[in-house]
Amino acid sequence: MNLYARELADTLVVEVGEDRIDAACAIQFKDAMRELAGRAGTRVLIDMSRVRFLDSSGLGAVVAVMKLLGPDRRLELAGLTPAVDKVFRLTRMDSVFLIHPDLPAGLREAG
Amino acid sequence: MSDPAPICLRITATPVEVRAALTGLMARPDLTGDSDFRQRLEIALAEILNNIAEHAYPAAPGRIGLCLSPGATGMICQVIDYGLPMPGLAAPAGHPPPMTEANLPEGGFGWFLIRSLCAGLTYRHRNGQNDLTLIVPWHQ
Repeated sequence: MNLYARELADTLVVEVGEDRIDAACAIQFKDAMRELAGRAGTRVLIDMSRVRFLDSSGLGAVVAVMKLLGPDRRLELAGLTPAVDKVFRLTRMDSVFLIHPDLPAGLREAG
Repeated sequence: MSDPAPICLRITATPVEVRAALTGLMARPDLTGDSDFRQRLEIALAEILNNIAEHAYPAAPGRIGLCLSPGATGMICQVIDYGLPMPGLAAPAGHPPPMTEANLPEGGFGWFLIRSLCAGLTYRHRNGQNDLTLIVPWHQ
């Protein structure tokens, strides 16, 4: 599971370097995110722009990550590709997460 | 123009094999339909096949047969396995899991997604075989 994390201001930005979060890797995703989220930072943003496909196991793992952050830390998502966006919309999970169409300008890598 | 030939696959029921089958299927030049349709097809098939891997073959990975044939309203998907029957010998209704802010569901979306994305679903268990047929519409 390739996750690339960087801290920018008060935000931990995690780029998912996999093209799928599915039943074959949902547990690895959750475990790797748990490790990263132990770091400081009040806000966690997952950059999903390289994830082409997500199934209900992957969705469950994203929900689990939000829960493990606790009530005081937010989980935000950015860059949902069309199939991933469908799963979030169909399950109404798009109303649970703060979803940015693209990585917010202030959080893009400089240079 | 004659109808394209059905696409039939045999899949070992594990999440890794399901992933390999789906990525292979989506790359096939003879798979018809636009990108919106393909996304819905891939989501629906992922849920169906992983459900079989998890629930029909809980002890050891078994075999799944999948045949896709283009129909008038959508892709007709026939899925066969030789594992445990569905509870109550019926496909789940696929109600969405209860969702409250305090207790967000981490699972239970599989059949909800299947029912949301598919039409004309029939299920039959006979002679030790599960037969599931459904249609993923060309347009939704």
